Amino acid sequence: MAKFDLKINNQSYQVDVAPETPLLWVLREHAGLTGTKFGCGIGQCGVCTVHLNGTAMRSCSLPVSAVGTKAVTTIEGLSEKGDHPVQQAWLQHDVPQCGYCQAGQIMTAAALLAQNPTPSDEEINTAMNGNLCRCGTYTRIHAAVKTASSLG
Amino acid sequence: MTFVKTSYNRRSFLKVSTAAGGGILLGFSWLSSCTSEPAQAPGLTMPENWYDINGFLKIGENGVVTIMSPNPEIGQNVKTSMPMIVAEELDVDWEHVVVEQAGLDTENFTRQLAGGSQSIRQGWNSLRTAGATARYLLLAAAAQQWGVPVEELATEAGVIHHEKSGQSIGYGEVASAAAGMEVPSEVPLKDPSAFKIIGSSRKNVDAQKIVTGQPLFGLDVQREGMRIAMVAHPPAFNLELESFDAADALAMPGIEQVFAIDTAPEGVEQQWSDVNAFPKAVAIVGRSTWEVMQARKALKVTWKPTGQAESTGQHTAALAKLMEKPTALPQRKDGDPDKAFEGAAKIVERSYRAPFLAHNTMEPMNFFAHVQQDKAELEGPIQTPEFLRTTVAAVLGMEPAQVSIMMTRMGGGFGRRLYGQFATQAALISQQAGVPVKLVYTREDDMTQGTYRPGYLVTYRAALDESGNLIAVQVKGAGIHGSPVFANRFPAGAVDHYKAEDYSLDSNISTGAWRAPRSNFMAYAEQSFLDEVAEAAGKDPIDFRLSLFERAATDPVGENNDYDAERYAGVLKLVKEKSGWGKPAPGLHRGVSAYYCHNSYVAQVVDVEIKGGQPKVKKVWCAVDCGIVVNPDAARNQIEGGIVDGIGHAMYSALTFADGRPEQQNFDRYRLIRHAEAPEEIETFFVDNGIDPTGLGEPSLPPIQSALANALYQATGKRLYSQPFMSEAEVLG
Ligand code: FES
Ligand code: FES
Repeated sequence: MAKFDLKINNQSYQVDVAPETPLLWVLREHAGLTGTKFGCGIGQCGVCTVHLNGTAMRSCSLPVSAVGTKAVTTIEGLSEKGDHPVQQAWLQHDVPQCGYCQAGQIMTAAALLAQNPTPSDEEINTAMNGNLCRCGTYTRIHAAVKTASSLG
Repeated sequence: MTFVKTSYNRRSFLKVSTAAGGGILLGFSWLSSCTSEPAQAPGLTMPENWYDINGFLKIGENGVVTIMSPNPEIGQNVKTSMPMIVAEELDVDWEHVVVEQAGLDTENFTRQLAGGSQSIRQGWNSLRTAGATARYLLLAAAAQQWGVPVEELATEAGVIHHEKSGQSIGYGEVASAAAGMEVPSEVPLKDPSAFKIIGSSRKNVDAQKIVTGQPLFGLDVQREGMRIAMVAHPPAFNLELESFDAADALAMPGIEQVFAIDTAPEGVEQQWSDVNAFPKAVAIVGRSTWEVMQARKALKVTWKPTGQAESTGQHTAALAKLMEKPTALPQRKDGDPDKAFEGAAKIVERSYRAPFLAHNTMEPMNFFAHVQQDKAELEGPIQTPEFLRTTVAAVLGMEPAQVSIMMTRMGGGFGRRLYGQFATQAALISQQAGVPVKLVYTREDDMTQGTYRPGYLVTYRAALDESGNLIAVQVKGAGIHGSPVFANRFPAGAVDHYKAEDYSLDSNISTGAWRAPRSNFMAYAEQSFLDEVAEAAGKDPIDFRLSLFERAATDPVGENNDYDAERYAGVLKLVKEKSGWGKPAPGLHRGVSAYYCHNSYVAQVVDVEIKGGQPKVKKVWCAVDCGIVVNPDAARNQIEGGIVDGIGHAMYSALTFADGRPEQQNFDRYRLIRHAEAPEEIETFFVDNGIDPTGLGEPSLPPIQSALANALYQATGKRLYSQPFMSEAEVLG
């Protein structure tokens, strides 16, 4: 066990966990932030996506000891009022079915748009390809990313 | 306007007693377990008091209405569409409605189950009646207050009007009185032409919570004193638990208890919903998921063989061998098929196969359970809460009334959560450990535990006469734990000579319903075959099918044909028109398919492009006849999801076995469709016919696989007889 000081959604958290504990489980069970989901645990599905200094990362495959002083942003902290352009676009297109993958999809899309505000179809395909949606909402996700790009 | 009989008795209707000050005390357990939040209307002011009008709804003094969503929500959007039906008959403004998920409550609700695309179809009448009854009680209260006949009153968007006297009153102001009114024996229902909410698109009531990451799912459940539990089940289907050594696991940080559980103890009868391969498992209980995961790796378990270690190669050979012998009794026989084949000018015979599939709901299995001496409280994702309660009560040695089950929003179902063994495990673990627990499965746990869509093999034969008319069809199909064939489905009824035969292979691998069970394979085989037969007959694939529907509609062969030929033809004609059937644009290749299942009709046309050796679906046109469409945009979302799901599994997915073990255990080896592989565009068209609504969660999946196979044939000249269409070598690495 070891103590880690984390900056999550602009708040400080101190956790006492084994250093190899993935950030995902620290967020969900120690910080009480359950918006970040567990899907595969091996970096293949993207439901656990968070931002580390603004870059999309798979929190299931990131040991808490590797986070250091980098700022962690989760879906709960993406915007204060739930009105980030990507969230707005998601609501406008009524994207979710079961909804389980959507936090990860939104975090990946938000990181993409922060880096590349007007991505092409190809660039959206490439950026979003690591996020599985078992309900098959991909066509809506694609359209919503484009809408978010125009809102942002 | 039609009248329907109400079937409530006062006891099941209202469990209220008058509180001091004239308010109403509410007696439902779900009222305390669910907090009411206007997720879909953040600006709405919540009332101070709620008046319980019936089990489906309560009204606040300010006119805000809470409507219960009785059925489990697995992403099919019933949590929005079912309350919409109640709100329609109640005649309220949707903006003043708050939706709450009901728990299992068999006194107030019937069929709280998500499966078979039946929620809307089977809930239609009871939901309308619930809304209409509540509206009537509000009218009766206003009539009493004003001293006028109830027949003179009208409603509009939550306000009652008396035209003669010019008086108006809001629902909230008479809610308290309405809660005490006598329930009428029958109530009027709206004419569908007067619907205002039904047929208009309303956003998912949980959408705001979903996009902001609020806790909604079973995996998000957190309770005071709650521990995390995991189970270790056998790694192969021919193994069972012999013994275990927990010393190393117990020595690891955060680990509290390790013990064996059995979900099928002697004397407890197993229901269909208890299907599982591994009743005996080892449970590990500790304080956090990561620690329990690590401890499970340190657990030493000895498994003992109980039967044969099966493999995919064996299954394939055994299914083919099984079908070599004719069955003693065909499931259906019309005319004299053997003779018809003898005299045929041309015979087409083709076999189709498909592998096992795992459900792979995005949210892995999990369940919360807190079992105490005299009661058990369960909460989590389950499609069959009522069946679960029966089983849990039996294994815990309790009465069903001592077991409460709260449904969480589910991160996908697809049939997987019809089978609640994981929830039974959670209950047993809580009982034995003496603490509240949340059982968590990893992806590997879920992908290796069984209840799969089984592997199938089917052979179709068709006989054509000299002029290319279809005179006979034979279909025989084999599957693991049951045949996939539906003997009374198309083209039965449209050909003079017909035979259907079933074969079933036993296995120690457990199987279960998977989105559109059997149809998810049969539509692919049937519609790929008919495409090939149309070609052999020298006919256009749509015209060929239409002529068969014409025959089935005007002069049907045999009895019990399980479809309405005119509605079937209707979707095909609609998709033909909308897609501008005929030659696709240059560089594109086109296929068509139509299928009927779960009471709804779907026809699809697909345009495919081949780019760098990889197929890409450019566009899907989809015509649907599911009767009245309650929530059109959400219905389109379901259709789109089924199409993407169908394309994905037909193209890429397979679960194979070696030595009794699944060879794919996570998404590194098990391929699911990804973003870039989804169709670029899907356009859906609904037939507008005013017929009572039918299912939508499943029907768009089955036909798309053959529409795609038929389009790929146009592109490559190769027919696809085996799924997945893309072999592993082509897609991995
Ligand atoms: S849970 Fe992290 S990528 Fe799947
Ligand atoms: S909405 Fe269900 S997994 Fe994406």
